[in-house]
Amino acid sequence: MDTQPLDPLMKLVQTLLDGFAVGGMYALIALGYTMVYGILKFINFAHSDVFTLGAWVSWVLAARALRLDGVADAGGTPVWAVPSVLLGAMLLCGAVGFLIERLAYKPLRAAPRLNVLITAIGVSLLLQNVGQLRVVFGPYPKSMPPLLPDVTLLHVAGVRLPVVDLLVIGLPLVLMLALEWLIFRTRVGLAMRAVSYNTQTAALMGVNVNRVISFTFVLGSALAAAAGFLYALKYVGLKQPADTTWVMLGLKAFVAAVVGGIGNVRGAMLGGFAIGLLEFLGVAYLEPLYRDVYVFAVLILVLLFRPAGILGRSSVEKV
Amino acid sequence: MNAAAGRYRPPAAWAHALQSAAPLLVAVGVGLLMHFAVQPAVGAFKARVLVDIGINIILAVSLTLVNGFTGQFSIGHAGFMALGGYAAGALSYYGSFRLFGAAAFHGGVLSWTASQGPFHGPWLGSGDLLFVAACLVGGLVAAGAGYLVGLPSLRLRGDYLAIVTLGFGEIVRVVLQSTQTQLSQAPDVAATPWPLLTLKLGGALGFIGLPFYTTLFWVYLAVALTLAVAIRLKRSSYGRAFLAIREDEVAAEALGVHTTRYKVRAFVLAAFLAGVAGALYAHLVGSVNAGELGFQKSFEVVIMVVLGGMGSVSGSTLAAIVLTLLPELLRTVTGSVNTYLPRAYELPDLRMIIYSLALILMMILRPQGFFGLREIWDWRVRRRPRPA
Amino acid sequence: MTPLLEVTRLSIAFGGLRAVQDFNLALAPGDLQGLIGPNGAGKTTVFNLLTGVYRPAAGEIRLAGRRLDGLRPFQIARAGLARTFQASRLLADLSVADNVRVGAQLRTRPSLLGTVLRTRRHRDTEGDIEARTQRLLETFGLAERRAELARHLPYGDQRRLEMARALATQPRVLLLDEPAAGMNPQEKLALRELIQRIRREFDVTILLIEHDMSVVMSICETVTVLDYGVTIARGTPREVQGDPRVIEAYLGVAAPPGDA
Repeated sequence: MDTQPLDPLMKLVQTLLDGFAVGGMYALIALGYTMVYGILKFINFAHSDVFTLGAWVSWVLAARALRLDGVADAGGTPVWAVPSVLLGAMLLCGAVGFLIERLAYKPLRAAPRLNVLITAIGVSLLLQNVGQLRVVFGPYPKSMPPLLPDVTLLHVAGVRLPVVDLLVIGLPLVLMLALEWLIFRTRVGLAMRAVSYNTQTAALMGVNVNRVISFTFVLGSALAAAAGFLYALKYVGLKQPADTTWVMLGLKAFVAAVVGGIGNVRGAMLGGFAIGLLEFLGVAYLEPLYRDVYVFAVLILVLLFRPAGILGRSSVEKV
Repeated sequence: MNAAAGRYRPPAAWAHALQSAAPLLVAVGVGLLMHFAVQPAVGAFKARVLVDIGINIILAVSLTLVNGFTGQFSIGHAGFMALGGYAAGALSYYGSFRLFGAAAFHGGVLSWTASQGPFHGPWLGSGDLLFVAACLVGGLVAAGAGYLVGLPSLRLRGDYLAIVTLGFGEIVRVVLQSTQTQLSQAPDVAATPWPLLTLKLGGALGFIGLPFYTTLFWVYLAVALTLAVAIRLKRSSYGRAFLAIREDEVAAEALGVHTTRYKVRAFVLAAFLAGVAGALYAHLVGSVNAGELGFQKSFEVVIMVVLGGMGSVSGSTLAAIVLTLLPELLRTVTGSVNTYLPRAYELPDLRMIIYSLALILMMILRPQGFFGLREIWDWRVRRRPRPA
Repeated sequence: MTPLLEVTRLSIAFGGLRAVQDFNLALAPGDLQGLIGPNGAGKTTVFNLLTGVYRPAAGEIRLAGRRLDGLRPFQIARAGLARTFQASRLLADLSVADNVRVGAQLRTRPSLLGTVLRTRRHRDTEGDIEARTQRLLETFGLAERRAELARHLPYGDQRRLEMARALATQPRVLLLDEPAAGMNPQEKLALRELIQRIRREFDVTILLIEHDMSVVMSICETVTVLDYGVTIARGTPREVQGDPRVIEAYLGVAAPPGDA
């Protein structure tokens, strides 16, 4: 981070870029929250831990599998390192998401929503603490080895834009476009939307609801893993799995989902960027210590005045 | 839920006054018993465990008032504990400077932990009054926060409320950890007006140097009062209103229950008790750091309530006892097992893993928790439906 | 005589669906009226509007001259309008007695301090609640099961418990939503007697929603018929039974003249 004073325009551009970068991550994580809420009507508390898992799996793949631990720069790193680590993380986390749904949530399909929420908290704690075991990721922070060369591609208004940033901003956009296509232009997506409107009717129409639910979890987890990978690439220092930082990031992504309209995919994308920008604007122009407070303040305001979020629709409970 | 299968028989006239005063008398009695009889008998280490148990009982029972009685899922309870600890600490720390010239102990025998050596002072010192006032202020500050958070949030649906309470807990942590450095010299304290003093609570380093007042007496006095409040509440119109909200809010409103008001009341009362628990904790360890009272602590309390039975006072109490003792037990067991294992294969602290597995299994197998809504003393009434 | 419950031009729409349009009703003290109509006609919606669950888009509701529209459900209950629900909404994990007690405690204002200290005021109030609860349980034949959990009651008892609970609030007007649902003919006969007995003994005015014509026709004095949110007929049971519009609404086809 530059310590020399930036002129106002540079500061604004840097802030916007930072906000956009983190906003993309929030959006990817928020998508998982919102898709699961859309079809099962509950908040998957353990979702943020899949994001953490994605970051740590990326580290394991880069540092151990590719033996890049301790490497100073990406000079000798093969070009296929980035896609293979990313894909590896996405596949693994997708599998974990699948298992979580099958083992912990499926038995509770008919239970009150509160019970599932408690279970989700249990799963979240389990993931965090198992992650901290020495046989897994260990209780110490680690550094992500550099996978991309530190080459500056662009200068925008005097602010450097290294390759990393390009990936961090570009990949979420690519993934979101792919998701948009999947949900609105394929039969699988149609099935997902049908289940989100009315599970029973969708089942009567021949939709394999269990498969759709599993698919949604896998998809959401894979996106969260991608966010984790990007986080590791950009911010390098990974705190231990049970550290507060991860929970806060996941929570802010959840706020993004709510602000955009929980259950609404486009809302999650919008919300992610909105929250990211809001957070970094607050850090840059108000008190940086309160970055989390700004996000939660927005949550409370939204829940008070427009609980359906920006793009959501409110539903009336039938009495 | 009223255990008596027969009619309600009002007690005899002379018993009425006794019934009203009973909670306080019993509480003082329990406190004295713990402090003068139990503590010397079990020694310093076990006495400390008993104190921890007591504080956790207050936390668990207070949370069951909200999560159990009214069915509102609050997972930021540690935030109230932190607020109570800091507020109480501010009063006793800076108050000690103003009154006694230093943040030192000025209490009596009831506040003196025997492990610190023999004490030959009065039963109650002036410092004790400051301490009690500090605990009450801690509770009230937490209660005020509970009101501010509760009022807007309690019309939210279950899962949203959970997130808001979690967020609140984190906001409290951030704000308390960004306070200014605390003052440690008497002239500085005397020179600073009270409103500014409340901003100087130590920041990220925590609020340290608090006088040690918490003993078995005070903790178990508070425990007994908490239990009395919870139990008496449950078997009354007030408590029934809470339970009706938990069972079916729409039906409760149709029956004339002012649901919002009762939900806020439960929240505020629970926050008050958690604040007192925080105050007791702060004066036990002599410091309070909001960083240690984040969602991890909130979840520990939630786990106690969920496993013990949401809405069961005895269940939450038992769960608090078991789950406070469990880490000690686990430590001993893993410690001795580890002496036989090579370094690389040592068992880590499995506490949280066991808790989370227990939580998941409990939700799948017995979601109402161990006791559900029932109390230990309800067991003598059979609840099986009669054959048709 | 001024009507006890006066409803004028009550309307509500959900999105584009006009669930209730221009609904009018007048209940005189002591009346026993019925509200019928095919499924989805808006009958329960009318109840929800009357009890404050929904806020009407237009119209007025007056109980003994006092406006109720816009109030919250608990305020309406306190004003003297009680209801039962179409799908049973018992407090399932509470005992039978506790269910009734929640209704009986409606007009009390318990204080936290009084409750904890068991003051005289608290004890007197609780005693009064107990007495009224016991009487109600006996009236409805539930006294022996008072300690059982509501969820363990047989269906018929559950429906009676809902009525007992609503009556515990000492209402002036009682709204019964399909009280005969799921009952066999004997139970329905007993229900008819029970409803009339309630009207007499508790001095309460009753409006009931029902699908079962044997119940409606035998005990209701006036019947209002709804179809798609619109009132299509009102009159004595006999008049309504023969009204061709009512027959058409239920059967979908105009009956040939002479078929009553």
